[in-house]
Order: sequence, then C-alpha cells, then structure tokens
Amino acid sequence: MGFPHKPHPKETVVLSQYFGDADARTYKGWTKRGGYQALAQALKTDPVAVTDIVKESGLRGRGGAGFPTGLKWSFMPKEKKKAHYLCVNADESEPGTFKDREIMRWTPHALLEGTAIAAHAIRAEVVYIYIRGEFTEPWTIMEQALAEANAAGVFGTIKVYLHRGAGAYICGEETALMNSIEGKRGNPRIKPPFPAAAGLFGLPTTINNVETLAAVPHIITRGAAWYKSLCLSNPKSTGTKLFSVCGHVQRPGNYEVTLGFPLKDLIYDMCGGPPAGRTLKACIPGGSSVPILTREETEACLLDYEGVVERGSMLGSGGVIVFDDSADMVYQIMRLAKFYAHESCAQCTQCREGTAWTTKILERILAGQGKPKDLDLLLDLAENMTGKTICVLSDSCAAPVVSGIKKFRGEFEAYLAGKRQVVMV
Amino acid sequence: MTVLEDYLPIFTGKTLEELHTILARYPNKQAALLPTLWIAQRERGWISDRTMAEVAEVLGVTPAYVKGVVTFYTMYHQHPVGKNFVQVCTTSPCNIRGAEGVVKAFLEQTGAGDAGATSQDGKWTIVEVECLGACGFATPVLVNDDFLENVTPEKVPEIVKKYR
Repeated sequence: MGFPHKPHPKETVVLSQYFGDADARTYKGWTKRGGYQALAQALKTDPVAVTDIVKESGLRGRGGAGFPTGLKWSFMPKEKKKAHYLCVNADESEPGTFKDREIMRWTPHALLEGTAIAAHAIRAEVVYIYIRGEFTEPWTIMEQALAEANAAGVFGTIKVYLHRGAGAYICGEETALMNSIEGKRGNPRIKPPFPAAAGLFGLPTTINNVETLAAVPHIITRGAAWYKSLCLSNPKSTGTKLFSVCGHVQRPGNYEVTLGFPLKDLIYDMCGGPPAGRTLKACIPGGSSVPILTREETEACLLDYEGVVERGSMLGSGGVIVFDDSADMVYQIMRLAKFYAHESCAQCTQCREGTAWTTKILERILAGQGKPKDLDLLLDLAENMTGKTICVLSDSCAAPVVSGIKKFRGEFEAYLAGKRQVVMV
Repeated sequence: MTVLEDYLPIFTGKTLEELHTILARYPNKQAALLPTLWIAQRERGWISDRTMAEVAEVLGVTPAYVKGVVTFYTMYHQHPVGKNFVQVCTTSPCNIRGAEGVVKAFLEQTGAGDAGATSQDGKWTIVEVECLGACGFATPVLVNDDFLENVTPEKVPEIVKKYR
C-alpha cells in the first residue's frame, strides 16, 4: 500500500495489515490483535517440528538470496554442544528497498514474535537484532517494543539485544554483519565455514531477514498449507512479499502481493505508472544489485523467484526501481556504480579496483571524454568482477553495467559519438 | 572543542553505568566497540584520536584497532561537524526524484559552502550519503537524529529555519 496506508484491492495483506495503525505498535495493542499466540503455540511444539512447519510452508529468505528458511534453520547442529546465536538482519540498505523499515516502524512486535519463534526453533539463547545506524525512528520503536516484550516475559530465558550499525552497506552481508557485531570492520568472511557451523563469535549462528521472521508467526497460526496456497505461479515461490516501489511512479510505497503477481500490475495499477505524459523505460525489480529490465521484459515479468530469473533478472529484496523515458540510463548506471565504489569494503582487488574504475570510466563517458573501446573495457572489467570475490558486492556492481550496456547501448554510443553530454553535478 | 573536554573522561558516572550495561550484552569487550563509539560520539560530537584512545582503554583493545574500525564506518565523524548534521540521500532512486536539488538548496540556505564542509557559524554540515533506505519517500534527509521524508528543494528553507 502506498501512503497514507490504504491497501489496494489487488494486494494480499498479511504482513502489512497493521501498517499505519499506531496502536498495533504497543504490546497491549499487539496482543489485542492476536499477537504472541503463535509464539505460545510454537513454544509448546518441539523445535524440530517448528522448523518442519516452516520448511513445509515454502518460506524463502526475503533479504535477497531467497534461500529456504526452514532448511537454513535445519543446518544448525542437531546435538547442542555450544551456545547458538540468532542474528536478525535489519541492516536494510539495498537501494530501492524500504520494507523492513516499515515492518519495524509499524509492527515491531511481529518481528519480535517471529524472532522468538526462530530462536526457539534453532535453540538460540542470545539474539542480536542488527539495525542500520541511519534508521533512527525504527530503532526507537524497536527499543520501546523490546522493553515492553521483556517486561511481559515474552522471551523467557532468551536474551534479545539491539545492535546499531554505523553506516556501511556491506554489513547487510551476513558474515560482514557478524564481524560488525563482534566490533570489527565489516569485512565479509570466506565461506565455508558457514554461519550454522561457525558464525558469530565462532559459534553456530542463523541469520534471518526482518520480513522473513515477520512472516513466521502467520505460518505457525495459520499453517504451512495455508502459506503454500498463497502462490500465483511457480510452486517454489510461496507466500506474500512486500515490494517497495520507488522512482518514476505516481504512488510509491510498499505493496504486499502474493508471489507470482505480475510486475506490470504492480507498477501500473497499484503505483499509478509513470507520471502523466511519460512512459516506462526500464525497471530494476529486486534492489540495485540485480540486472535491469527493459520495458518489454518488465511488462512480461511475474514477481516470484523463478519468474524474474526467467526475464533475466532476480527477485532480490523486492526493491522495484522504476525509470521513465526522462531517465538518462548512462547517468543512472554511473550513479549505481558510484554507490558500489563507495560501499566496497576494499578487501578483494576485483571489487576495490573494479567498482572504482567502472565509476571513473562511466564518468568520463558522461563528460564526453569516452574512448571508443570503453564499452568493451567496462564489459571486460565486469567479467572480472563477477564470481571472483569473497562476497557478491562486486557482482552487484557489474550487474547493472552489463545489462545496461546490453539493453541501452544506443545511449552509451550517443555519448561516445559526442552527440550527448551532461554536466556533472 | 573546549579545553574542558581534554580533561574530563567520557566514561564516568551515568555514562560509565551505560557502558557496563552494554558490556553485559556481549561475550567479550571488543564486541561492544560500535555501541561504545556511539556513546563517545554523542558525548563529544565527534571521534578524535584522544577519544579513540579512551575507548581503546575501556575496551582493552589498541587505539590503532579502534581507528581501523572508526574509519570503516561512515557515521562516525572523524572531524568536528556542525551543530546540525544533515545527511541527504543521493543514490539513484532519490537522484531521479531530484535529490541533487535538495543538496543544493541545503548548501545555499545554510551557507555551508561545499558538501562536507561546515558553515562559518558552526551550525551546519551538509553531506551527501548513499541510500538511506526510504526510496519511496524521496528525498529522505537525516537532520541529526530526525528522519525527514519527501523533502523537496522548496521545503528546505522551512527545515533550515526550524533547526537554525
């Protein structure tokens, strides 16, 4: 739903049901709306059985990778010898994505309830909720909600703490996030070992995204079969998902739809399409790290993990960035590359050098100083930046560049031919 | 930066209690580094070399280690900033909605000069930042801890007046 919060008739409102309802933020208000019943039910169920329900539901990670949540939980050691940790990834910083912020702002207890259920399932005694430093308002609301939940004894013996980030996109990567909690620079770690074997403080750890955990209570109370039935296309993509729509649309905001929903309907019906008199040019469907879609691809795209891949991109975090015909794709791709150059943690050469050079070359093309071979050079760089580094930040920088040159080559060539020039700001 | 700052330790009284509460959340002292730096920045306005040494002391790590961490995270100020620290998002989704105009308006209205510089009266520092995570409410602006949404160049004079 856009803002003010009024669901569009085509939305399937599950997670966003109480967006805009300030009373739902309080513990009292949340329990009045049926909150914490799922937790009570889960606590009476064996952890393995809880994990099996989530597995059965088909829920997949909503942070970007789309890994099956129940399966992830089941990777935690069966025999408990050491302390287990749960980390909640609330470091939402993928350009185009702003859904976790809304979940924390309006339904902090939904996240806390899902967190408590997950901690029970993986038998964790300590939970860290990692909230990005810029999210001052969600932080205050979560702090208040956590205090209320603690006072009500919601977590039993489980300790839940908030941990504030300090401005680093890369800390949304799970191993960088763990380093950041450990008081280190947010450099991603080499995997394996995977977090379930050796994660936070070297102990078995599971990391889940905010939206993933917020969906868990619904699955517990309404059942795996119900969640699985929420599916419009591929049976491997179940449930509802929040899509953050921004850029050139008339009604930007968070819209919740059943997976498999047409991207075209989301952009045109729900968000009102591009401003009057303008037409859709391109769309990034899953946050800035995924390949750009053309208008034709966008209009044919179904929003689920498989559907977006079929069109040549990825569902990612569900951050939909819309560009209309007024957008200069060369400039926008440079701007994205600049983001990755700024956010590279700089430990891998391909990323540190690659993101910086990609930005420099795009800047010189924009300044009318481009060389005839620059596009080949960019593609060559991108190839060396893909699949060769510890984490995927480097790949994320390459994705818009490669897809951009492939799909909007004419715009790049116009700059190279001296037919077009922008003044750099 | 007053002379007094040089002589008063940060972690005393209530602030020390706060530090102890934070330390209790982690299995080792080093893990408390980010929250401890947040306290230090709140108390001092920025993280100087002296502050880094003080933080290192209470957490039992070296000042060089603290510096390594401080320089990784963009939200820790490594030099003094204005009374009002303004962060304007200029990443793509905001850029296409006119974020550059918002930056320009802030620079003009506050007399801060360049992005990153501080106005002569010490009241304003304007910086461009990467994605603030509120792309649907372009342009989001953080004025100190206040998160403002849908800021346009036209709204800037009023915001500047409010915080002046």
